[in-house]
Amino acid sequence: MHLRKNKGCRTNQTDNHCAGKQCDRREFLKKAATAAAAGSTAMISGCSNGILSPGEEFKLQWLEYFKKYYRLMTPVEKMETVRRLERLAKIRKGVDVKIGNQEPLDDVLYGYAFNVTRCEGYMECVAACVKENNLDRLSNTQYIRIFEMEHGEMTPDAGDSKFYHEVPVQDHFYMGVQCFHCENPPCVKACPTQATWQEPDGIVVVDYDWCIGCRYCIAACPYYGRRFNWNEPQVPANQITRKQHYLGNRLRAKGQMEKCTFCIQRSRNGRLPACAEACPTGARVFGNLLDPDSEIRFVLKNKKVYRLREDLGTDPKFWYFID
Amino acid sequence: MKKSLVKDLTAFVKDVTVWSLSGGVGYQLYLCTLAALMMFGLYAYMVQFKLGLTVTNMSDIVSWGFYIANFTFLVGVAAAAVMIILPSYVFKDKDLHKVVIIGEVVAIGALVMCMTFVFVDLGGPLQAWHLIPFIGRFNWPSSLLTWDILVLNGYLALNLMVPAYILFCHYHNRKPDERKYRPFVFLSIFWAFGIHLVTAFLYEGLPARPFWNNPLMGPRFLASAFAAGPALITMVLVIVHTQTTFKIQPEIFKKLRRIIVISAIINLIMLFSEIFKEFYLPTHHSLPAMYLYFGLQGHNTLVPWIWSAIGMNVLGTLMFAFIPGRNHPVFFMPAAILLFTGIWIEKGIGLIVPGLVPSPLGEVVSYAPSWVEVGITIGVLSLGVFVVTLLLKPALIIEQRYENEAGSQATAVQD
Repeated sequence: MHLRKNKGCRTNQTDNHCAGKQCDRREFLKKAATAAAAGSTAMISGCSNGILSPGEEFKLQWLEYFKKYYRLMTPVEKMETVRRLERLAKIRKGVDVKIGNQEPLDDVLYGYAFNVTRCEGYMECVAACVKENNLDRLSNTQYIRIFEMEHGEMTPDAGDSKFYHEVPVQDHFYMGVQCFHCENPPCVKACPTQATWQEPDGIVVVDYDWCIGCRYCIAACPYYGRRFNWNEPQVPANQITRKQHYLGNRLRAKGQMEKCTFCIQRSRNGRLPACAEACPTGARVFGNLLDPDSEIRFVLKNKKVYRLREDLGTDPKFWYFID
Repeated sequence: MKKSLVKDLTAFVKDVTVWSLSGGVGYQLYLCTLAALMMFGLYAYMVQFKLGLTVTNMSDIVSWGFYIANFTFLVGVAAAAVMIILPSYVFKDKDLHKVVIIGEVVAIGALVMCMTFVFVDLGGPLQAWHLIPFIGRFNWPSSLLTWDILVLNGYLALNLMVPAYILFCHYHNRKPDERKYRPFVFLSIFWAFGIHLVTAFLYEGLPARPFWNNPLMGPRFLASAFAAGPALITMVLVIVHTQTTFKIQPEIFKKLRRIIVISAIINLIMLFSEIFKEFYLPTHHSLPAMYLYFGLQGHNTLVPWIWSAIGMNVLGTLMFAFIPGRNHPVFFMPAAILLFTGIWIEKGIGLIVPGLVPSPLGEVVSYAPSWVEVGITIGVLSLGVFVVTLLLKPALIIEQRYENEAGSQATAVQD
């Protein structure tokens, strides 16, 4: 991994900067909530955990409902919504989460390569992804699909994604599919509210709270890269990954679209996505396409690589390669 | 001057309300039944609102289902009013001009249903305000969905404005000023083609879905709409003719029949062309069509539906073409019902589900709507019928009065 570390280091700054302001805000909210509590208690469904006043949750929810589109928020507004979401997670789940909103790093464009020869179908990546990204346990949402394929096939259509037996199986190979973070993403073009877009570092993200749940992006995606929250997603409180990102693994609600973000909460801090880190065979390569010394550039230069459905012109940043 | 306008308007609104709600026991019972069905739909929607779209049978693979299927079909019904508006205003057809108001009211009802169907399909209905231009983010012109929102709302506005103005004038026994409404009529003619083409482009523009990514989609949408829409209008006319004092001339049925036959034949030719392309040398992209017509990997829930739809299409077209000589409305009813239902199935569920199955990764699943989806759909359809009834009843009373008035004036002049 040769992720280029950002010289400016603006990501950590924002976090420290808001620590002081957080107290003020909480105090303010507490006062406001006490005032509002008397009138609004009746309107709250009893899902708070006793210690906290129900009026506060209502107030936070109210402010969240009318918040702006993420890309139009000022840094202060971004910080405020992050604090509100952290507080709501505490009220609802009793968990102290830390939601970051790190901006993209300079001179970084993420890319991913998948070694078809090495993958043996252990599915460690899937488990790590589910855990890291707080995916819904009720409907068993998974961003990554692993297809077991017979030799002679190149696309997952012919493979089996529901295999349940000891791996690897003789004369078979395995192929992982997830969001390919296309350079020309049809989902972004389709979204009627611009709730999904491509970040400067190439990651296609969703502003969960801005999504209206029309699912036109699912129809537009040729790779089955997007997942919809058909029910209220459920993650046991003790399994919630607490280090979160606004555009990444923070808790979603029903009716919202979500997808792989190359673990934005990790990658923007110079770490590997959970899937790449978990892979026991080293089949997953992730890195900065703009860094000539990165492993991903080495793979693209020296291996035989191919991409799925190049004919559609989506220009995925996800390559398969053969050793 | 201003005061009298306000007075005229209040009288108009008051009478229209009274006329639309008053009627015999049968009429009241009919309205109550519709209201009960709408309440049932509302209940089903509350269940969906509370628990999320998980109560539907949609999934990440079949991500659009019964709602969007009905929406797509009804856009066609709304657009079809143009087949009456166009001849009556462009070719000055006096017969069709008499029923132009009925076509417009049917279009309004269809549009109300379309928008409700899209709304109930949203995962975040409370977030729908994010779509409002300037307040939210309206991804225009990139997203075809925003185009569709624009054209549907525009068409609804046009179809409300023009008839309201004409009826208002007729109500006060004045001749409507042609210069005032004609531009809007012509705009609405172009707009009608627009709403259906844009809705087709919504699907046609997705290379991810080979079943939809087909340039014939737009023209075929239009042809099927111009058959199904006038078929529905025929049904409404037959009901009006038999249930009210407003009588429809046989000449009108004859003309509608001609429109329907031609459109239905063009639709069948295009259907044949599509089937030929899918099955002559089947490719990987023919899998959705195989799934639709013959079933894939044992998933064949759609098969009986599509074949009965094609049967109804062909039979309906033949009946319209060869009803021997008579233009009596009773003979049209079965043909209209057959054709309408056939196209409904084919342009609804037979279009949406195969677009999504097999999934982009090759998975094949079955889909049938859940009770919530069926319940909400019944509710929305009842809402549409309700709207059409409440608008049509006063409209016909006003038109009839206006014509009688004009008739008696003419006789008075002759005397």
